[in-house]
Amino acid sequence: MKRRFVNGILFLVLCILVVAFLTPIFFVVINSFKGKFYISNEPFSLPDETTFAGLTNYINGIEKTGFFSAFGWSAFITVFSVLAILLFTSMTAYYLTRVKSWYTSLLYYLFVFSMIVPFQMVMFTMSKLANISRLNNPPGLVLLYLGFGAGLAVFMFCGFVKSIPLEIEEAAMIDGCNPLQTFFRVVMPVLKPTAITVAILNAMWIWNDYLLPYLIIGLSTPYKTIPVAVQYLIGSYGSKDMGAMMALLVLSVIPIIVFYLACQKYIIEGVVAGAVKG
Amino acid sequence: MEKTLKRYFLVFVAPTLIAFAFAFIVPFVMGIYLSFCKFKTITDAQFIGFQNYVRIFGDSDFLNALWFTVRFSVLSILTINVFAFLLALALTRKIKGTNLFRTVFFMPNLIGGIVLGYIWQQIINAVLLQYETTLVANAAYGFWGLVLIMNWQMIGYMMIIYIAGLQNVPSDVLEAAQIDGANGWQTLIRVKLPLVMPSITICLFLTVSNSFKLFDQNLALTAGAPGKRTAMLALDIYNTFYGRSGYEGVGQAKAVLFFIIVAIIALTQLAATRRREVEA
Repeated sequence: MKRRFVNGILFLVLCILVVAFLTPIFFVVINSFKGKFYISNEPFSLPDETTFAGLTNYINGIEKTGFFSAFGWSAFITVFSVLAILLFTSMTAYYLTRVKSWYTSLLYYLFVFSMIVPFQMVMFTMSKLANISRLNNPPGLVLLYLGFGAGLAVFMFCGFVKSIPLEIEEAAMIDGCNPLQTFFRVVMPVLKPTAITVAILNAMWIWNDYLLPYLIIGLSTPYKTIPVAVQYLIGSYGSKDMGAMMALLVLSVIPIIVFYLACQKYIIEGVVAGAVKG
Repeated sequence: MEKTLKRYFLVFVAPTLIAFAFAFIVPFVMGIYLSFCKFKTITDAQFIGFQNYVRIFGDSDFLNALWFTVRFSVLSILTINVFAFLLALALTRKIKGTNLFRTVFFMPNLIGGIVLGYIWQQIINAVLLQYETTLVANAAYGFWGLVLIMNWQMIGYMMIIYIAGLQNVPSDVLEAAQIDGANGWQTLIRVKLPLVMPSITICLFLTVSNSFKLFDQNLALTAGAPGKRTAMLALDIYNTFYGRSGYEGVGQAKAVLFFIIVAIIALTQLAATRRREVEA
């Protein structure tokens, strides 16, 4: 009896919290449908006949920032960076775990060490170096993301490779596989659960990352990603189109929510697995 | 087998290593060296010893940012972990709709700092406008705004980790506690809490490093305004590099100091909580 009563109260509290958690999202959604001059006067009311602006704000927001192009570049950079991280760091982790030598352990500790170094430490030198080396374009960004993502990814893959019994690989070798064939046909399929975790953690980070693309590519180029486009439209205080701003914020959140609802199970499992091993 | 694999270094390691060198190794080593230099671009460096470091301590912006970051981090770490743990306790009681609650609470974590910061800038400004003021009128508004954002974003994440920890507490241990006459509170403090210590270690580590290194949300919400009074360490370093010509060396020295602070805090905290972990 007592337990049911407590659970009833908790259920109510949780419902209130859900509403509170969703309020900021509702707030930008309702305001994105109001005329731009009505937003600051009545920010908390639903749009009515006079304030309703249809899709005007969305059209303005998309035109001012080139939202679809930003979406495309965000997708391009995220997809190729994640693929590069999965392929190359799993190979590296396999090599570092299976070959025992001073330089493999040195490299392993370097990768682990890089995880605790804050980005500001390498920010200035890295962006100058990238400019000199002509990495200031989307493929260059993919290379840099591979470098920045390597620490966590190598660490997680190494942890998993250690648990794979050597006998399977030896059997493959005896059957005539070279190390590449052994890796791709035997080891890689086994790595799948860790690969999903690595992919999700990196996709979340790269999709939302602002500072690296901003420093490497800048605000006024055709290669803006979504966070850079948002900063480009909204950054710096002053007079601006509140309606387009609200619409742009809604547009930036939609792809994330769609992705989350579609892959929720993997995302939550991936985050837990990543946290426990990280 | 190891010998054959050893010859494949170029295929297996080189691609990652080249990217890692560009993104981390070379910039890191250059960064350490340049923190002892005067420079505008990285090619005109002149060695000047510890002068950059000495200048940091006369820099009121940096000291203000450090103090702001410490206050912000302590408060966020406490609130996030307490609320996340309470939610995790509630959501492991088999209440109706648990999955829906979990989905909603975790969702803000996926939204990036820039977008998140601007969403909250809009809503906080709308509220403050009712009292005829704005977010940048008072540094206290920016401080509490950041704490609120950080809680909104991180609570769901930490809650998921605590839920996983609580679900791993073996049911026979809980039954044994019940038979021994422990009430709910005693079970929580004496049994559950020690057994979820690994989750607490991870959550503290994640909240500590995320609050200390916070940048995007800070830039979007106030960009340091009023003045530079709500700028945290990461933003102050950024401003020193890109906002003050001739201060690149000081910026780099601040970055090295920042790295040392983050490393010391993270390692001490890991060592301290690891010692409290117990086996069931």
